[in-house]
Amino acid sequence: MAAALTVDCRKIFPGRFTAAAQLGLPLDPPRVLILFGPSGSGKTTLLRCLAGLEWPEEGRIQFGSTTWVDAASNIRLSPQARRIGYMPQDYALFPTHTVAGNIEYGLSDLPTEARRERVRELIDLLQLQGLEQAKPTQLSGGQQQRVALARAIARRPQLLLLDEPLSALDAPTRSRLSGELRALLTQLHIPSVVVTHDWAEALTLGDVIAVMQDGAILQTGLPQEVFSRPANAEVAQIVGIETVVQGHVVANDNGLATVLVNGTTLKGLGTDVSGSAVYVCIRAEDVLLEQAGSGATSARNHLSGAVIEMLPQGVLVTVTVDCGFPLRAVITRGAREELGLEPGSVVVAAIKAGAVHLVPRSV
Amino acid sequence: MAIWVTFKLASLTSGVLLVVGLPIAYWLTFSKWRWKFIVESVVALPLVLPPTVLGFYILVAIGPHSPVGRFYSDVVGHPLPFTFEGLLLASILYSLPFAVQPFAAAFDQVDRRLIEASWTLGVSKLKTFFRLIVPLSTAGLITGAVLSFAHTLGEFGVVLMVGGNIEGATRTVSIDIYDEVQALNYAGAAKTALLLLAVSYGVLLLVYAMNRKVWAVWPQR
Repeated sequence: MAAALTVDCRKIFPGRFTAAAQLGLPLDPPRVLILFGPSGSGKTTLLRCLAGLEWPEEGRIQFGSTTWVDAASNIRLSPQARRIGYMPQDYALFPTHTVAGNIEYGLSDLPTEARRERVRELIDLLQLQGLEQAKPTQLSGGQQQRVALARAIARRPQLLLLDEPLSALDAPTRSRLSGELRALLTQLHIPSVVVTHDWAEALTLGDVIAVMQDGAILQTGLPQEVFSRPANAEVAQIVGIETVVQGHVVANDNGLATVLVNGTTLKGLGTDVSGSAVYVCIRAEDVLLEQAGSGATSARNHLSGAVIEMLPQGVLVTVTVDCGFPLRAVITRGAREELGLEPGSVVVAAIKAGAVHLVPRSV
Repeated sequence: MAIWVTFKLASLTSGVLLVVGLPIAYWLTFSKWRWKFIVESVVALPLVLPPTVLGFYILVAIGPHSPVGRFYSDVVGHPLPFTFEGLLLASILYSLPFAVQPFAAAFDQVDRRLIEASWTLGVSKLKTFFRLIVPLSTAGLITGAVLSFAHTLGEFGVVLMVGGNIEGATRTVSIDIYDEVQALNYAGAAKTALLLLAVSYGVLLLVYAMNRKVWAVWPQR
């Protein structure tokens, strides 16, 4: 069996629920696993179990050939012995230490010269030049995040654990840094587990997504797969984005981007997009269906296509239209009858540019 | 002479408590043992116990009829009661809560997430204590040391019970004042009393100025 991180454990939350998580992450080549779910779904607890800061009541955690936790034989490897890089949500930088002091904190077993060299490397890698002697309180949110990352990777960990790495930042900084973080994770080449509740972050950072709710992992798969083909209604509700397809930005005019998706041209908001490879994300409730040949609207996108599937859900119907890619729309039963929609009927899907979300993806 | 004995006793007491009190306070703060309160109560006992009661038990415990007392006199050659060493032991026990409680309160204020971050960086619990927890708790550590020093300066009952009143060895300032008053030497008593008042007030000024939050009887949970 190839080396993998495998988790199969149960943790009891008195009065709430019993979390039961099963997970497998191949370690070679290293991948970024996203734990995705609403707050209170047990993502952070699972991450803390991986860090050795919490202990499951039952089950095992195995990292490659090392057993980290085995409740049955009472094995509990301490966080010190796991050689991990852990970054908690609010960074937990040591207020008594400078930036350089924080970064070298875990390196005390290195000789002085090697330690200085490593700190210099990390200062360069994370662009913290000139801040070596600053105290954490003097730093901006983005700088604090970079110091925390530098500290976490300083010891060349075999597993990197990041808890909501971007949530403490303001929105513009967050979208800028998520691209940088993705590039860094790719460059580091360390297996990583990242907790997030933000779907754009999940798509940008993740190679694999595990969707969590009430302490259980509901679905694991490639980001695009999980978002566009949720395993069940619960997952669909948690991810909340019905259409996720790969596209390429061909033009970007002051933030109004033109994207090509499998031959179909779309207009979307691309203020945060730098590269050309993107995920195009559209919520089903943002898609309007019209009869072909009706009048002009303010919507920037009018995509013509045939209905390929209709799924009734209570008073609503989820309609999938083939516009060069499968596009999901949600309409009422009444609207469906008025439009006379049947599988095969041709409709026009109208989507405002603002409802077409573009999320950078790694190629 | 009494002043010298008193200061020597107070300094040694807070010095020893700085060493002995730290692990006790660490354990009280971070242990998840459910019967922890039993130990907490024992440590806090000197706060409520009359000094004579505490002194009586210490006297019995270190006296020639107890195993501890016999062992001590076999090794050292003389019994422990009515010596400076006996008095020091009694002072340490009597001032224990005055050191341990500020220590524990300070440790309790340290953000657990910082401690956890240190552990995940491969730093052992012991090293985390000295590299992170102690530097973040300096105000509480100084408060504990200063309070136990000040408390030892003024102790009377325990000193009388365990130390007796031996000139140059166990006669402290507070006993000296009592003796002066018994001898109707009010001028001598006033001088010594004023000195003790000034020192105590100075010490408390230092503590309060340094950290206004630490005068907690027990760490807030």
